[in-house]
This record gives sequence, structure tokens and C-alpha cells, in this order.
Amino acid sequence: MTGHPSAAADSPTLADFGTDVWWIIVIKVVGIFALLVGLTLFAILFERKVVGRMQQRIGPNRVGPGGALQSLADGLKLAFKEDIMPALADKPIYFLAPVIAAVPAFLAFSVIPIGPIVSIFGERTPLQLTDLPVGVLIVLACSAMGIYGIVLAGWASGSTYPLLGSLRSAAQMISYEIAMGLSIVAVFLYAGTMSTSGIVAAQETGGEVSAFGLTFDGPGWYAVVLPVSFIIYCIAVVGETNRAPFDLPEAESELVGGFHTEYSSLKFALFFLAEYINMVTVSALAATMFLGGWRAPWPISIWDGANSGWWPMLWFVGKVILGLFVFVWLRGTLPRMRYDQFMRFGWKVLVPVALLWILVVATMRVLSREYDFSAGDIALYVGIPVFALVMAAVWLWPSKVPDTVENSRKEGVPPTTPGAFPTPPLDLVVPPSPALVKKDTVKREAVGAGKRSGGTRA
Amino acid sequence: MNNVSVLAAEVVSSGETAAFWVLGPIALAGAIGMVLSSNAIHSALWLVLTMLSLGGFYFVQQAPFLGAVQIIVYTGAIMILFLFVLMLVGRDYSDSIVETLRGQRLAAILLGIGFAGLVGGLIADATSGVESVGLAEINADGGNVPAIARLLFTDYLLAFELTSALLITAAVGAMILAHIEREPGSRPGQKEQSISRVTGPRPQTLTGPGVFARGNSVAAPALLPDGSTAEDSRATGMEMRRPPAIASGSIDDLDDVTVDSGANRDGVPQ
Repeated sequence: MTGHPSAAADSPTLADFGTDVWWIIVIKVVGIFALLVGLTLFAILFERKVVGRMQQRIGPNRVGPGGALQSLADGLKLAFKEDIMPALADKPIYFLAPVIAAVPAFLAFSVIPIGPIVSIFGERTPLQLTDLPVGVLIVLACSAMGIYGIVLAGWASGSTYPLLGSLRSAAQMISYEIAMGLSIVAVFLYAGTMSTSGIVAAQETGGEVSAFGLTFDGPGWYAVVLPVSFIIYCIAVVGETNRAPFDLPEAESELVGGFHTEYSSLKFALFFLAEYINMVTVSALAATMFLGGWRAPWPISIWDGANSGWWPMLWFVGKVILGLFVFVWLRGTLPRMRYDQFMRFGWKVLVPVALLWILVVATMRVLSREYDFSAGDIALYVGIPVFALVMAAVWLWPSKVPDTVENSRKEGVPPTTPGAFPTPPLDLVVPPSPALVKKDTVKREAVGAGKRSGGTRA
Repeated sequence: MNNVSVLAAEVVSSGETAAFWVLGPIALAGAIGMVLSSNAIHSALWLVLTMLSLGGFYFVQQAPFLGAVQIIVYTGAIMILFLFVLMLVGRDYSDSIVETLRGQRLAAILLGIGFAGLVGGLIADATSGVESVGLAEINADGGNVPAIARLLFTDYLLAFELTSALLITAAVGAMILAHIEREPGSRPGQKEQSISRVTGPRPQTLTGPGVFARGNSVAAPALLPDGSTAEDSRATGMEMRRPPAIASGSIDDLDDVTVDSGANRDGVPQ
């Protein structure tokens, strides 16, 4: 995060965009497409491997070296499957829905900054397709359009489960988009711009902080300066991308496959692709807005060349993969939420907290303008005490009244006879370990046989 | 929109003209498609197309903030809510195209064209002499977003606040109208229901008919381990075929008796 002299020269501003030669634009478009498809193939394999490890398995390891080609093999298999058009489907919309889901997913990446200004065949150009004064809003608009794909897919399939999935998805994605949009507002307030390249530039350094006689560079990353925004963003995008534990539109235990139940072959592949690209995009946006974008993280940033040339692309991809890992981690850890709890959480927790946080941030901004604080000062004098207070409150909060079930059981325990059938007794004892049982199998079998012969059960 | 493009022709770049001639027909096609399609969902989708092209127009006319907001708010949120409601109506629902008033359609078309001509003519007349300032001048001071923000929070602050008050009133009103007041505690929640079920006399689900009986007909009540009928396994509204022969006794007795006689009568429909 320590800015070095050449960083400012490499850092693109809005004026650097829109001046590219046409073949540079073609290279960038193809490059972004290749990056997204490559990251999707990687993410599928990565997810299966990581989830496998989390479940004490190895994961796919047959196709290619160490299973590296598994995603490709899956994709090929998917392409050759039979394409089914349900009899009751609304044909044009059924056909369009996967396309509507996939296209905005690709579009959103056009404003994500992948690196600083580099030289491509002698042309100096930023590693970003384009940028606008409202760059981040483009991503939001694309995710808003992506909802249509899912909603229309469920409706056009002409059957009940997909329709339920698409209704859920419509309600869910709108609710969580609000929380996501509100979480970003604080970043806009701090960066003073909505352009993605501007937000990355604003995170270069947090300014000088002098505390207790020491002077050092404050944190520049908005994940540190605006932790509440970061947490709300992380939660909201999981709902926005329909990933576990918020994958209610496609909850397989409730809705078979949800919105894509009736889809097969390449149309299903497009939904699959869209979901993974959306994951990549929101991870990239998280990296851009909260984790310093393509700028190198601290220990690497000591090296002077870390933030120039093509190296930043590596840091950027690393941050994206970190985001993907969190997605996989959540999926491997958390059970799916119930729908009403999920909606209540979105509307009654995330949105109010985000609004309050914006209020706090705006107040801090005014104060810092009036009294000339830097972001680092605020983090030091307000953030850390508040953080300590919250941790203390969590630590000292009285725990719940122990177990009301236990209490009510004492009042009205129904009379149970041990081993009564078919009700298992409430005082059920955990049976002994099978390893212990094995030792006296002979004795047990004799008893069992005796019972059976006495039972005269045909 | 035609008038505007003709008027602003001096300050319009060739790229903007091309974008106009691409987006204009699309927006118009969306509008016509919305009116003409009989399926409500298709209608809504045509409207989405129109709104998307409007968003494109804003971008082309150097108002990227308005364009993005148009897409996020109108196409992203409001039209999705429209779709949400329309989907609840049912997918086979289509408008009836029978004319209830004779000549209504023709009259509507004529009046519609007349109204459009009137409004278009008035706007053309009102704007024909206006010199276009050019957006570059307005956007120069800090860009599009700060320019809009400055206008909203200075000159148009009252209108802005009134609009937000109106929207909040509408939202609160809708919530009050749709809200059903329940006495707190009058309906057991999930937790209470779960506790009362686990601690009650029957933690498990009700026995289905036919369980442990000698037939799988809905009309055969389940038998308890002692051979008696499980009363709560009787399907409601169903006359049971035959009360079981045995009212008491152990499972051994039950087997002895029902093996030959009960099985046929319970299981095979007659």
C-alpha cells in the first residue's frame, strides 16, 4: 500500500479511457472473454476439489493430470446431451432465458480494472475494457438484467417447481440487490467517485496517521476502513448469485432444480456458466472496491515493481480466487436457510444496518472535512474502539436461557415404556459402538434367534 | 424524439446519430409489441426492451448516471415486480380480444394517433426556437453525477423531498392496507409448535392407513402392535372397509387369526 513514485503514472484515470485503437479493444474483449471462461473452468474444478477436501474426499482426479481437465470433460458431456423442449414451454422465452442470463454476466466484467496502464504492442493502455463516471452502477445494472434470465426461465418452463424457483429468485435478488447497492454507497462516499479505476486509485493509501508519536501509512483498503460495508456486501452477493446457503431458487431438496429443472444440454450449460461468471464478477468487484483492486497486498507492495507492468494482474486474479474460495467455503460449511428467515434477514437486518452505516459514514465524512481527519485517523480513533466495544458486547452478552425444550419436557413427559414400539423412548440411550458389539456377536445372535422362534412371525 | 435529434443535429456526433437510429426503432418496436401482444408476460417483456433502449439513449446523450439508474430501477426492480405479479396470475392468462364496445378499437387508434400528433406538434413548436446549450457545458463542472446531485440538493430540493415523502407514504399505506393485525401470542410460532409436538403424547407423524395391516388400501386402518385399530390412521371422509377382527391380544394372536381370513378381505378390493 505504500505508494511509490511510478504508481501514479501507471494508475489510469477516466481520461485514459475511450482513446484506444480498435485492435486494442478487440484484444481486450477477447482477453476478458478468455479470462472469464478460463476462470469458470477453473472455479468448477476448484470448487469440487475444495469441497471434496472439506468432506474428507480427494475430489475429481481422473481426467487429466490430477483431475485438471474435469471441467472441460463435463462441459463436453453437457454439450452432447439431449436438448429438451417441454411441451408446455413458452418457446421463444424458454429459448431466450439462458442467453439473457449469460450475456449480462459477461458484460459486467467490462468495467472491472484488471491492472494499471501497460504497454500492448507499443500502445499504452489501461488493463480494463472501459470505464465510466458511473462504472460500478454498470455492474449493478448487469446483475439486474441477469435476474430476468432466471425469472423468465422458471416461468417459460411451464411447470410448477421452476415457477416457484423463479418467483423466489425474483423476490430474493431484488431484496439482496438493495442491500448490495446500499453497502456500496459508503465506498462511493469515501472514494468520491463511482468509476472503478477511481475507486482503486483511492485505495492506494489511507493517508498519514500519527498516533502516540508514531507516524505511519494508514490502511487504504476499504475492507479495513469500511468493515461493515464489506461484510454486508459479502453477505448480499451470496444471495445475489444464488449460492449456498442462499441458493433457494434452485434448492434441490425443495424444488428439484428450481428454475433450471426443465433445462438440459447447452441451455443448462449457459445457466451454469452465468452462475460461475457472476461469482467471478462479484469477487472481482469485491477486490476492486474493498481489497485494493489490482494493487499488491502489503508484504508484496514493499517491492517497488509490484504495482506496475503486468504483475498487478496476478495480484488481482489472486484476490478473485480468494473470493471464490470463500464462496466454496460457505457452500461446504453452511446449511441452506429457510426462505422466510432468509427474507427477514435481508429486509430487517441487512438493509437497516446498511442505512445506519451510511449515516455513520456520512457523519464521519463531514467531521473529517471540518476537522481535517484522515481515513486512517478515523479508523484508529473510532474504528478500533468501536470494534473493541462490539467484541466486548459479544463476549459479555448473557447467553440464552438454557434450552426451553428441556424445561418443558420436565413438565409433561409422556409415560414411556422402555423399548415401546413404534415410539422411540424419550430417554433413548445411545447404542454402544459397533466395534464393541462385534465381540459378543455369538451371544447376541443366539438371543435374537430365540426371540424370533418365539415370535411365530410367519 | 425525432424532433430532438433534428434540433440537436449541430451538436450530435455521427456515433450518436447511429446509436439513435439503432435504438429508436428498437424502442418503438418494444412499445408497439407491448400494446399488441395478448400475453401479459410478453407485453411486460416488450416494455422491458423499450426501457432498456431508453437507458441506452441516456448513455448516448451523456447522462450515464440517468441511464444506469433507468436500467437498475425501471428494468431491474419495477419490471421484475410487474413480472412477479403477472406470474402469479397464471401463465395461460391472456387478454380477451373480443371487442365489447363496437368500433372501440378503431376509435381508440384514431384518437391515439390524433393525441400523439397534438403532443408532438406542441413539443416541436415549443422547442423549435430553443438553442441547445450542449451537455458538455453542464457536465463540465465535476461530471455528470455531481451536476445532477447539485441540482437535486439545491434548486430542486423541495421537489426531491416531496417525492420521497410521497413514495414513503405510498409504501407505508400499502403495508397498512395489506397488514393483518394478530394478537401477539395468539398463534403459536414454529418454536412453540415444535416444542409442543416433541413433548406431547405423539412426537411422530400420524400413522398412515394400511400400516401393519394386511392390505395397503386407504380403507384399511393401521393396526397397533397389540392388534387394535389405530383410530387416528383413519382417513377423514373415508368409510373404513371393515373393523379389524381383533380388538385385543398380542401380535402372535393377530397373526394366527388374520393370516387366512383377514388378508383377503382387507387387502383386495371387492
